[in-house]
This record gives sequence, structure tokens and C-alpha cells, in this order.
Amino acid sequence: MAITIGTSARAEDRTAVEYAARIERVSKSFAGPAGQQLVLDDISLDVAPGEFVTLLGASGCGKSTLLNLVAGLDRPSSGAIATDGRPALMFQEHALFPWLTAGKNIELALRLRGVPKADRRDEAERLLELVRLGGAYGKRVHELSGGMRQRVAMARALAQDSRLLLMDEPFAALDAITRDVLHGELTRIWETANSGGPAAGGLSVLFVTHNVREAVRLAQRVVLLSSRPGRIAREWTVGMPQPRRIEDAAVAELSLEITEQLRGEIRRHGQH
Amino acid sequence: MASTDTKAGAGRTDDLEGLEAGLDALDAVETRRTPLRETLLRKVLPPVVAVVLVLVVWQLLVWAEVTDAYKLPAPSAVWDSLSRMWLQGTLFGVMWTSVSRALLGFVLALAIGTPLGLLVARVKVVRAAIGPILSGLQSLPSVAWVPPAVLWLGLNDRMMFAVILLGAVPSIANGLVAGVDQVPPLFLRAGRTLGATGLRGAWHVVMPAALPGYLAGLKQGWAFSWRSLMAAEIIASSPELGLGLGQLLENGRNNSDMPGIFLAILLILLVGIAVDLLVFSPLERAVLRRRGLLGRG
Repeated sequence: MAITIGTSARAEDRTAVEYAARIERVSKSFAGPAGQQLVLDDISLDVAPGEFVTLLGASGCGKSTLLNLVAGLDRPSSGAIATDGRPALMFQEHALFPWLTAGKNIELALRLRGVPKADRRDEAERLLELVRLGGAYGKRVHELSGGMRQRVAMARALAQDSRLLLMDEPFAALDAITRDVLHGELTRIWETANSGGPAAGGLSVLFVTHNVREAVRLAQRVVLLSSRPGRIAREWTVGMPQPRRIEDAAVAELSLEITEQLRGEIRRHGQH
Repeated sequence: MASTDTKAGAGRTDDLEGLEAGLDALDAVETRRTPLRETLLRKVLPPVVAVVLVLVVWQLLVWAEVTDAYKLPAPSAVWDSLSRMWLQGTLFGVMWTSVSRALLGFVLALAIGTPLGLLVARVKVVRAAIGPILSGLQSLPSVAWVPPAVLWLGLNDRMMFAVILLGAVPSIANGLVAGVDQVPPLFLRAGRTLGATGLRGAWHVVMPAALPGYLAGLKQGWAFSWRSLMAAEIIASSPELGLGLGQLLENGRNNSDMPGIFLAILLILLVGIAVDLLVFSPLERAVLRRRGLLGRG
């Protein structure tokens, strides 16, 4: 079974690629106490260039596992995953390196991407401006608040200049107000990156969460995974224009519908 | 600091910007450097008072004649020994003989212990083979190595270095192993997604993340170097070896020169404290402070 991870497109023919990520009939099982345990079962999902998709599911649905597979941190047991270049990944924890300043964390990402030394400082400053942390270049990680750390982490992920940003519950540990603000920032950055049309690059986001409203607030498409094993249960296209607010009636209405379905999926597990 | 002139993007994000600036300001962590007066008062004064107290009690015991004068010399007698050595010009020579040996031995231990530690930390077979032995060696008093070292290498500097290495290498290697083991897996994953794999991952992620553990190992390695050397110098004395602090102590015993013995012990203690205070503690504190791992005070 062919497993392709990573480079499927070179910079020149980027526009020819019709997906940012293509997940084809992917299954994943881990060795558990009762033999092989199937975590992901026959998942097929395409993320279009510039698209914002949220993966929604209860615990045990394997959504983080799926994200790790797309990130290339693990290999599927069967099936194939192709991405347009190496994706960037953001975690629930900021995962910034405490021995570097905020600016140097971003510069490390630039350096590993091959950006020449002379350009790194300016580029890091620009990325910090983008997440509205213009003055934070020389700040140590421990001097920043939780929300600021996640914004630096976002800037570091963006420093990879990937066309696909994978996010693993990146705002789950933040307070509600800060999370709200970061939803706004992420939406703004994603829209700005895609404002030049599909030929100008663009940024696709695959965002994992267990928070239904967050999923609806952010995404163009919400994909619901069932649990144990993770299968795609249903998906919704979210038509409301951005910027939305998490309190919007339309967001609440769709969230209610999705929550009902999610509860149904969870209930099935209590019935045997 | 919400600036009204930066209408970034569309106008609708303006309220978001203000909200964010407010949150950042509320969450800002204030860092303050302690003023010099406070440092002197809190950090320097207590140990000085403690030393003075010890001297006072010591002098009181001498005045009370709790024991024979040759068993407990007065502080002034020790001071006289010190000034005699100073006037003879031998004080720094004796100290340097020991310190230079210990430093050279420590550098050698560093050069051997570091790659050994990396090997044990990263290669499973090596770890299974010598990991337990390496930790076990730490609890073996390095004095135990002096008799075999004398028989293998004779009474010379090479014997001293062998004893230092056997004492310090396990500490340094173990410190590095502990440091690498404690690197949070999240950092490794983050490094890999950024493209830091293989050697680049070791250089940019694993080594800096393991630095605090490594430094702790170095600190302990130095303590072991110094202790091992003193043991070697006391046990193995020979005119060819030159006079170090350990021999000074042993000479004091042979001549029943109690002030000389006290002086030698104080000098050995002083060197140990000085190196820790001037080299390792500042290094460790700097690393921890930069990472926000140092508590206040």
C-alpha cells in the first residue's frame, strides 16, 4: 500500500494541486492490551486549498491521531496521506522553547526552513506584528501570558510558510475571553492569507477540537468523527460569512444540531 | 498601548485589537531586578554572620580550655600558619598545585563523560549494558580507587587524574543522561514538525533542553573531582608529586601541627566553595532564570 507523506508538489507547480491534504482510506491501529486496537477506520477526507476544516469528536475518536498522521509524526496502518508540502502543526500547549526568546523561537523555524540569516530578524518581526505582538521579540516565554504564548506559537507555525496549518485543540487551555480573541485572530490571519486568490499561495487549516461552538465559529466545513474506532460520521458546510461570533444565533443553531448528533454518537457506546 | 492609527485589515477588527491589548496588559508579568542593597542584606549578610558566630564559639571553646591546646588550636594560631605560608610565598603554590590538577582532571572528565552520557542516553543497547553500572559507580567512594591506581600507574600525576576521572566521569555522564531523559516529548514533536530531525534536532532541541540536567551533573562532577583528588593526595604522598593541599593536610598530621591541619582543611573547603560559588552557581542560575524556572528570592 502506497504511503506518501510530504512533498507531493514543488513550488513551481503548486497551483496544479487541487488539495492541501488528501487522506485516502486511512486506518490506524495500535497494539493494546487486547491485541490490535483499531483507532481510525477507513477515513477519507480532502482539504481543499484555502479551506478551513474542523475535525470534531468526543475523546477517543482518534482526531489527534489523525492529525499526527497528517503531520507525518506517525504512519498510517493502511491508506495514504498526501499533503501539499510539509504542514505546520500547533499544539494545545504552546510548545515554545523556553531557552529562546519569542523572536528567536520564530527565527529557529525560519532557519530550519532555510531562510538566510540576514532576513530572519525582519521576517520574525513581521510575523510577530501579524499576531499583534510587535514588542515581544526579546521577551522570554515565561514572561508572556497564555494567550500571548499561543500567538507566538501561531507566528512560529506561520514561519514555516506551509500551505497547510494543523491545529490540535490549540485554544483549549485558554480562558473564554482570550479564546474568543484568538478565534478572531486566526480567522483574520486565515482570510488575509487567502485574500490573494488561490494562485497567490493561500493557507488551509485543519483544526481539531471537541468544542462544537468553536468548530462552527471557525470552519467552512465541520467533520464529525465517531469514537472507537474513529469514522467520519457526518459533515456540515457552514455558510455564514466571517467574521462570526461564537454567540451568533446561526452559530448556536448549527451547534445545537451538531451537538445532538455528537451526543447520539457518544450514547451508542453506553449501550453495550 | 492600543494605537488608534493602525487600522490593520478591515475596520471590524479594531475592537478585537483593543480587547487584545487590554488582555496583554492585564496578563503582563512584571520582572524586577533586586536592588544591590537588598542583595547584600539578604544574601551576603547571613553567611557572614554565621562564619563570625563559628569563630566566636571556637574562640570561646579555646578560652574555656575544653581540651588540650595541641588538639584545638586558637583561631589566631591558624591565622599565624596562614600568614607564615603567605610570607614564605608558598600559599598560592600549594593551592595551585591542587586546583590545577583538579581542573585539568575535570576537563578530562568532561571530555570523556559528555560523549559517554550522550551514548548512554541515545543508544538503547549501551544504556542497558552500562547504564546501571554508571549509576552504581556514583555511590562508590572514589578513595577506593586510590590503592589500585597507585599499583597500576605508580605515584605520579597520572594516578591522580585516573582517580579524578573515575570519580567525576559517572556524575557528568549521569547528569547528561538525566537531562536528556527529562526533555519533554512535546519539544521533540515540536522540533520535528519544524524540521529539526537527526543532528539538527540534537543541536537545536535535545541539547539545549537537556542543559539544566547537564549543568547539575557538571556541578556534581566538580565536587567529585575535588573530593577524589584530596583523597588521592592524602593517601599517596611522594616528594615527586609536589605539595598540594592534601599533602599539606597529611604533613600536618605527621608533624602533629594542628594549626596546619586546620588551615589545610579550611583551604580545601574554601576552594570547593569558591569554585561552586564563582563558576557553577552563576551558570546554573543564569540558565534557570532565562527559562523562568527560578523562583523569586
